[in-house]
Amino acid sequence: MSHGPIVQTPTPEGFRPHVVAHHFHDANQEFHSVKLGFWLFLATEVMLFGGVFAAYFIFHGQYPETFVKGGEQLSVPMGSLNTVILLTSSWTMAMGVRACQLSQKKQMLGFLWVTLLCAGGFLVVKYFEYTAKIEHGLLPGSFWHPHGHYAEEFANVEWPNLFFSFYWTMTGIHGVHVILGMLAISWLIWQGGKGRFHSGFSAPVDLIGLYWHIVDLIWIFLFPLLYLVP
Amino acid sequence: MTTNVPVADVAVETSNEPTNYLNCKRGFWSWAATLDHKRIGIMYLVGVTLAFLVGGIFALGIRIQLWSPEGVMFKATSEDGLAGYNQMFTLHGAFMVFMFIIPAIPGALANFALPLMLGAKDVALPRLNLASFYLWLTGTLLACYSIITGAVDTGWTFYTPYSIQTQQSVISMGLAIFILGFSSIFTGMNFIVTCHKLRARGQTWFRMPLFCWAVYSTAILQVLATPVLGITVLLLAFEHMYHIGIFDPAYGGDPVLFQHFFWFYSHPAVYIMILPGMGVISEVVSVHSRKPLFGYRLMAFSAISIGVISFIVWGHHMFTSGQSAFVMMAFSFLTFLVAIPTAIKEFSWVATIWKGSIALTAPMLYAMAFLIIFSIGGLTGIFLGALSTDIHLHDTYFVVAHFHAVMMGSTAVAFFAGVHHWWPQIWGKMYNETLAKISAVLILTGFMVTFLPQFMMGSQGMPRRYATYLPEWEGYHKVSTVGAFILGTGFALMMGYLIHSIFAGKKAKQNYWGGATLDWKTQTPPIHENFDFDPVIESDNIYDYSFLTEEKKA
Ligand SMILES: [Cu+2]
Repeated sequence: MSHGPIVQTPTPEGFRPHVVAHHFHDANQEFHSVKLGFWLFLATEVMLFGGVFAAYFIFHGQYPETFVKGGEQLSVPMGSLNTVILLTSSWTMAMGVRACQLSQKKQMLGFLWVTLLCAGGFLVVKYFEYTAKIEHGLLPGSFWHPHGHYAEEFANVEWPNLFFSFYWTMTGIHGVHVILGMLAISWLIWQGGKGRFHSGFSAPVDLIGLYWHIVDLIWIFLFPLLYLVP
Repeated sequence: MTTNVPVADVAVETSNEPTNYLNCKRGFWSWAATLDHKRIGIMYLVGVTLAFLVGGIFALGIRIQLWSPEGVMFKATSEDGLAGYNQMFTLHGAFMVFMFIIPAIPGALANFALPLMLGAKDVALPRLNLASFYLWLTGTLLACYSIITGAVDTGWTFYTPYSIQTQQSVISMGLAIFILGFSSIFTGMNFIVTCHKLRARGQTWFRMPLFCWAVYSTAILQVLATPVLGITVLLLAFEHMYHIGIFDPAYGGDPVLFQHFFWFYSHPAVYIMILPGMGVISEVVSVHSRKPLFGYRLMAFSAISIGVISFIVWGHHMFTSGQSAFVMMAFSFLTFLVAIPTAIKEFSWVATIWKGSIALTAPMLYAMAFLIIFSIGGLTGIFLGALSTDIHLHDTYFVVAHFHAVMMGSTAVAFFAGVHHWWPQIWGKMYNETLAKISAVLILTGFMVTFLPQFMMGSQGMPRRYATYLPEWEGYHKVSTVGAFILGTGFALMMGYLIHSIFAGKKAKQNYWGGATLDWKTQTPPIHENFDFDPVIESDNIYDYSFLTEEKKA
């Protein structure tokens, strides 16, 4: 529908050209607009998680023993393993972005695949953690019914269910973000395979990379707050 | 989309009108899948008008119920009791706030006018813009679903613990608001990026029309405050489904925390509503007084500072909820701070009109109504922001009348001022000005008759949200109900002549009001690509009307 000339970004051999949307003057303006928009989206993510974090700190201040006791029930080795997995995936994502900007298609796809596998690995570990918590009855709010020695452990603690409300809510919302990230990365692999992303057009890889770093960053806060309760 | 066929070739044969964004393409999908900000603006306009209609019908229902002390539609003695009244005022509030006022000016008017004012071809992220509209539609449909499945009766504030105990439809209404929130976030993101990246050549920040400043400040609030509402209603839905207990005292949670969360969003939301309205009034007042805006820079800074301050005053909604005395003093003091930038705006509008060449057109009449009602709304806010008087006035009709002065009497009236102002530019058609003036007067009169009695009975202690009341209030309530029907008549008349004008209105001449900003420099109505030239802004005086006298001489 454009009256003006069609603006294409420079395209290396073997890649698909990118056409700049009609309402931008040039690729630079397009890239910076999309990037600013994406940073704003990340700000909304921070505010959204900020709300739950604020609630966490308020209740942690009210019932410190509950949170310490609750945190002791979580498996630090599993949490640490997941932290390592996510940090690794952040690194592979960054390498994927770099490969994309250098128009190295094979390397980019490789790094994206490793990132995707790490994300899957994170969810597998989380699955084992969740099933254990369900078995022991360490569930949020009204589902709270600790079995066996867990019942004794929490016998003298005020509102033990509250810690697990936070544990499930926070890791649950984070988990949804991991799944959304996996969908986004799969899309990158699919379209990247067709040669759509290269030095002349890397915005989607850059930005989904940013998203993935934020998802990791949130976990970096969740891990000490839940597993190593201060 | 990559074909380079000029639009004109296709459309000119079927119409002797010049091609514009309305006639360049036809058919359902050319609208439903459009990326054109102007068409998305029109879809929003239709959408929010329908939401306003639904909310308005609930409002009339409320006023009918309150015609007599024992209630007209719901009676304590009847089988179903008074519960239906709670649902009615909840739905009135929820529809008006989340589906009408918040998206109205940004979604409909800013979508149309902001890119034009910046000399841009579109908003920065057109797909996100369309997505925002469909999220609005999804949220609204989900809200309608929640009505069918046993409407919510919590009030639009959804206070816990009651909202956890009441019917299941809280879940679907909560999710509807979550989705509507993201619609609002996407709109805001788009406008921030558009203001940053798509300004015309030579258009520095201080060469943007004030409407853009207002929408920009609003957008920051939308982006930063709405996610907190999102997580709040999400937690409320979890609370309902799983009893996670964060807001539920029965599981160790804290219902007052819900209030903090809710107002952390909903106070800034008041400015998400009023700031764009202020922007509209700035444009209308300048164009219809033929004078540059008085104190442009101060107006821009006050738009931003209102946005910033609005983040730290939420506690003034909770003076009776149990906060420490120190916190209440802080919130009260900060609340008073808002008066400074707000007063700057009010005085600047008046100073703009002063000695102007004033045209008492329909948009100008609405703007005048805004100036009057907004003063009432602002000044009565002082009573509520002051700790001692608020203890007396809290949860009375004084509060109801106060926020209706700000939301209905100011924001909605500003929205209608904007609708009338940009109408010829949007449709290329002109409405019947006489009828428009009559409806403006009806709406101002209706507002006063409806809400002045509410201020009075509120100050005497009539509590809000009651379905029945003591006979001593009957006179006030009867007058108020009459006023609501005057308002309803005004709106019905407006709806009538506006819709009529789309199909049978006179053709609007180029730059109908003689505006100086870029939104008036395009064709009337604009072409698909907005400008057939490359717009450049060369002067700081963006409200320069001298071109009109030169045109006359020539
Ligand atoms: Cu407030």
